[in-house]
Amino acid sequence: MHAINYESPKTVDEAVKLLAAHGEQARPLCGGTDLIIQLRAGVRRPEYVVDIKNIREMRRIEFSMQHGLRLGAAVPCVEIYENGDMRKYYPGLTEAAHLIGSLQIQSRASVGGNLCNGSPAADTTPALIALGAKCRVVGPGGERLVAVEDFCTAPGRTVLQAGELLVEFQIPSPARNSSDAYLRFIPRNEMDIAVVGVGASVTLDLSDERISEARIGLAAVGPTPIFAREASQALAGKRISDETVERAAQFAIAAASPIDDMRGTAEFRRHITGVLTRRTVAKAIERARSTQTSR
Amino acid sequence: MAASANGQGYRVIGTRPVRHDGVDKVTGRAKYGADYSFPGMLYGKVLRSPYAHANIKSIKIDKAAALPGVKAVVTAGDLPALADKMEQAGEMAINMSQLSANILARGKVLYDGHAVAAVAATSPHIADEALRLIEVDYEVLPPVMSVEDAMKPGAVILLPGLRNKEEGPDQQTNVATHLQFKRGDISEGFKGADHVVEREFKTAMVHQGYIEPHNAVGIYNSDGHATIYCSTQGSFVVRSLSAAVLGIPEGNIKVVPAEIGGGFGGKTTIYLEPLSVLLSRKTGHPVKLTMTRAEVLRASGPTSGSTIRCKMGCTKDGKLVAAQIWMAYEAGGFPGSPVGAGAMTIVAPYNIPHLLVDAYDVVVNRPKTAAYRAPGASNAAMASETVIDELADKCGLDPCDFRIMNGAKEGTPQTAGPPYRRIGFIETVEAIKNSPHYKSKLEGPNRGRGVASGFWFNVGLQSSAMVNIHTDGTASLVIGSVDIGGTRAAQAMIAAEVLGLDANDVRPFVADTDSIGHTDVTGGSRTAFATGWATYEAAQDAVRQLKERAARLWEKKPEEVAFSNGQFTAQGDGVKPMTVKELAGRLARTGGPISGRATVNARGVGPAFAAALIDVEVDPQTGKVEILRATVAQDVGKAIHPSYVEGQMQGGTAQGIGWALNEEYFYDDKGILRNSGLLDYRMPTCLDLPLIETCIVEVPTPGHPLGIRGVGEVSIVPPPAAVANAIADAVGVRMTELPMSPPRLLKAMLNKRGGVEAQAAAAGR
Amino acid sequence: MAKKVVVEATINGEQTEFLCEPRQSLLEALRDVLELTGSKEGCLTGDCGACTVIVDGRPLCSCLMLSVEAQGKTIQTIEGMAQPDGLHVLQQKFLEHASLQCGICTPGFLMSAKALLDHNPKPTEGEIRYALAGNLCRCTGYDKIVRAVTDAAQTLASGTRKGREGRLGSGPSASEQTDQFLQEQEVK
Repeated sequence: MHAINYESPKTVDEAVKLLAAHGEQARPLCGGTDLIIQLRAGVRRPEYVVDIKNIREMRRIEFSMQHGLRLGAAVPCVEIYENGDMRKYYPGLTEAAHLIGSLQIQSRASVGGNLCNGSPAADTTPALIALGAKCRVVGPGGERLVAVEDFCTAPGRTVLQAGELLVEFQIPSPARNSSDAYLRFIPRNEMDIAVVGVGASVTLDLSDERISEARIGLAAVGPTPIFAREASQALAGKRISDETVERAAQFAIAAASPIDDMRGTAEFRRHITGVLTRRTVAKAIERARSTQTSR
Repeated sequence: MAASANGQGYRVIGTRPVRHDGVDKVTGRAKYGADYSFPGMLYGKVLRSPYAHANIKSIKIDKAAALPGVKAVVTAGDLPALADKMEQAGEMAINMSQLSANILARGKVLYDGHAVAAVAATSPHIADEALRLIEVDYEVLPPVMSVEDAMKPGAVILLPGLRNKEEGPDQQTNVATHLQFKRGDISEGFKGADHVVEREFKTAMVHQGYIEPHNAVGIYNSDGHATIYCSTQGSFVVRSLSAAVLGIPEGNIKVVPAEIGGGFGGKTTIYLEPLSVLLSRKTGHPVKLTMTRAEVLRASGPTSGSTIRCKMGCTKDGKLVAAQIWMAYEAGGFPGSPVGAGAMTIVAPYNIPHLLVDAYDVVVNRPKTAAYRAPGASNAAMASETVIDELADKCGLDPCDFRIMNGAKEGTPQTAGPPYRRIGFIETVEAIKNSPHYKSKLEGPNRGRGVASGFWFNVGLQSSAMVNIHTDGTASLVIGSVDIGGTRAAQAMIAAEVLGLDANDVRPFVADTDSIGHTDVTGGSRTAFATGWATYEAAQDAVRQLKERAARLWEKKPEEVAFSNGQFTAQGDGVKPMTVKELAGRLARTGGPISGRATVNARGVGPAFAAALIDVEVDPQTGKVEILRATVAQDVGKAIHPSYVEGQMQGGTAQGIGWALNEEYFYDDKGILRNSGLLDYRMPTCLDLPLIETCIVEVPTPGHPLGIRGVGEVSIVPPPAAVANAIADAVGVRMTELPMSPPRLLKAMLNKRGGVEAQAAAAGR
Repeated sequence: MAKKVVVEATINGEQTEFLCEPRQSLLEALRDVLELTGSKEGCLTGDCGACTVIVDGRPLCSCLMLSVEAQGKTIQTIEGMAQPDGLHVLQQKFLEHASLQCGICTPGFLMSAKALLDHNPKPTEGEIRYALAGNLCRCTGYDKIVRAVTDAAQTLASGTRKGREGRLGSGPSASEQTDQFLQEQEVK
């Protein structure tokens, strides 16, 4: 590895100053589960590594039914899984966090880092998309909110400009009769990068027979994570039935533009997109139906 | 779980003591090769080719050499040029010039990752940075990545000097060898067949997957003597091959085998060892080299991918009559695939009157292959054991019964060599039939059960052992067999059995090449068989000498002294029986210390058979396979330490399952390895396997003092075929490609279901 | 020459100070600077778990943590697992069950297993396998490892040796959570 300088700012402002001052020569370090590998491979060679894990604001999990969730970008996955509110109100995002790599990886990897790495296969991103999450980005010029589905622009690339830092996710409070789910396909039972990942959230009407709102996010089937808008709209307002779910699955397949690579062929990925969309939507519906009693 | 009979009434053999090196291993104290450090030690790194096939026009090292902290840069020019012919290196015949060129490329690179230069620096990071400053001018050539591409007319030639007997001295070729084995008359054979199954199989290149990367620390002294500390399966191999590559006398190198973190055959050759000495010689410091995982996958020795066409015929009653096989194995950039072994193992468990096998060793732009646990046999068994499964099905016979009916026994001819002596093939199949797993019902949709058998020769070769009796009546056992899996415990147990001591009273030690007589590799399932034999004889030698001392004390002749149940006795009044412990205290006054010793060139090795029974569940919508249950039966002759015998059987089964389901090398169209990491080279995790049930079968090897056959390898042979047979039982699809990864299996299932039906299935109804 | 940094951490219960370059990983600091070679390098990408150590109570891959990040942390390595009065129950059970063959993965497995039992004293087989999925073993097929961890959990639970207190999340027990999670993910 080339020689690096290590900085450990304590506030967002300090971090932004460092990132802005060094531009391309600085890279934020969170869990290190992507960055350290890239540094070793020589894929990235920044002079400064800016450790953002000691910034309190980025390590918070703050939830209230009133304001929803503010999830710090640097919260490691394991803390998400151990948080009772996360498990109860955002089970899909939580299970996505619990699927990344191994427990060792989950001790370090963060949802923010996962997104900023810009991989189209990141497990937590479809779950965030399904929840309608917004990214609060802070930079030298101020703050902005970016919809999570707009955050990645190409494999490995994001909307972040020089000096900008992803500080937290803002996720709406879950509606009554709503829930989310995340499923992915991997050839083994753990440790693999998703060949296809699907996150879905559904809100049911009071009868539990009709979906009032839905959002579906896809991973690993395009150059960026995908908000399957048409698939989501195909569920909204519809009665719950196999046909409804099947239509959504077909739209999800159409939204996907997968490639052939060593993790799967495009043909395989399209097929699995359909299979997982059906299964994930079904699971979100089942959860939404059962949350009535537990909230 | 274990089904071993201890009818001989052994006291120690067959028990399960805690292994002698156990505490060191569970506390992190055990020293593996990469754990060694020495004062002034430098760190070495290797520059590797980014191309699959290229001529090297020039290498410029001055910028790298000038980087502060860099102490030496070497290329092939720093090694002597060796003759391009086969030479004896112990039991092996090796082309030394090719071995040397694999260690540092000479004029040409033949695979992505081929070593081109090496540096030594004061830190591994500086060494890494120095590699970036070495300038290599390559003339890139088209890569040849498959046996088909290598064998076709007009193929790009990898080694301009390579010739084979058939094509003659003037024909450039990528086929290094064509072997043929024949028995009977193949066309007559098939005329007598009522059922014939013929299929073509492709298996992907896979890696042994040991968790510990290669390592070596070389210390060259100005008197011309060098010491190498390394993790290896064969310290004597490292010595002789490194000496040849370096051009220094073999006796000038001492190899100290460190603990080793897995080998499975992949560490029976050399990569970094001569480089560590070369760099040490140039710098005057000890130099440590380790491979990264990416280097291990790119540039050590995986085993061959292969294409196998297998045609077998049987009568309607299920009697096998003929087998015809065409097989081509990837050798990698230099000749030497295990296709010969593949050819000799492929239908070895069966009595088939008519046989024709054509086997081709083919060079391709992939790493030079190295041994992987019963090398060549798993590829072959995938073909033959699935074809046999189909034949059994056509005859309406249970697959175990079919195998028993056709099973090889004492006197059955082998593909090459003399007829079998006493073997345990049928016993392994019967063990499966009698297992709780086999007797259980498998219920549920998309679930299937498969069985397969496998064969491996095992080897004998040379081993040495010494047993030193200490004054407190304990003993130390010195052997040369590196311990990869717990063998030192079994060796100590053998000595303890002979000496009438407890296992804990014998301390085993794996010695360096100066401290023990020649000992061949820990591989070939030979350690318990051959080194165990040497240990047995060395302990007997110690007992003989102890008898002489007892005789002296009792004023009797040695022939009058008996030793049994741990006691020395003789007829006569006033003769009080003595244990080894009691006698040991009196050695000094009866003639001095006692060391028993023995060397063997072990003959009469007993071949090994295994059978695997595997239940799977297939997800019909995704092609993902879950292993529900697995049982392995293996004939080991005699299980010295049953826990470690079970462990070998379970480990081989797990590797075979990985080979079956998800392991493969992915090269792109430029011949670059895409999955040079453990993320995408997918070995089974703890969550991918069930508990693995074992049936230890013991049919003693005739002639061996303990009946040992050996255990290390054969369990890896049946599982790919067993999984394929289980998948066929589950979803009615015959897979002919390894691995049977989800995209391949799904495609096969959808093809089978066809059109509209496939859509409905995919919709999950 | 890259500038070195002083790092202070508590390692295996001892206040420790060491010098390292920021580009060195925690694994390198342990092995090359502190001579604690029990943690092993297997892949450098977090895919094999051979370098697993426990930092502030959590198992992680030391190859994916910079040495300088260890500042102020509490670190347990394999070298600190046994106590002066004897091996940890897990170490003992690994020996009794013959859960190691070459032993290179063993320190990592023991660290992961310890972290598991510290948090979840009564794991099911499925939970054990899930917790150990980040540790690769190529020799054993995992059978005897799972048996040893199961046995160790039972021994600790029966009170013959005191286990350490683990941190459990609020809500359903850690055991029930993981089981449900595994079922929902259609894994085992």
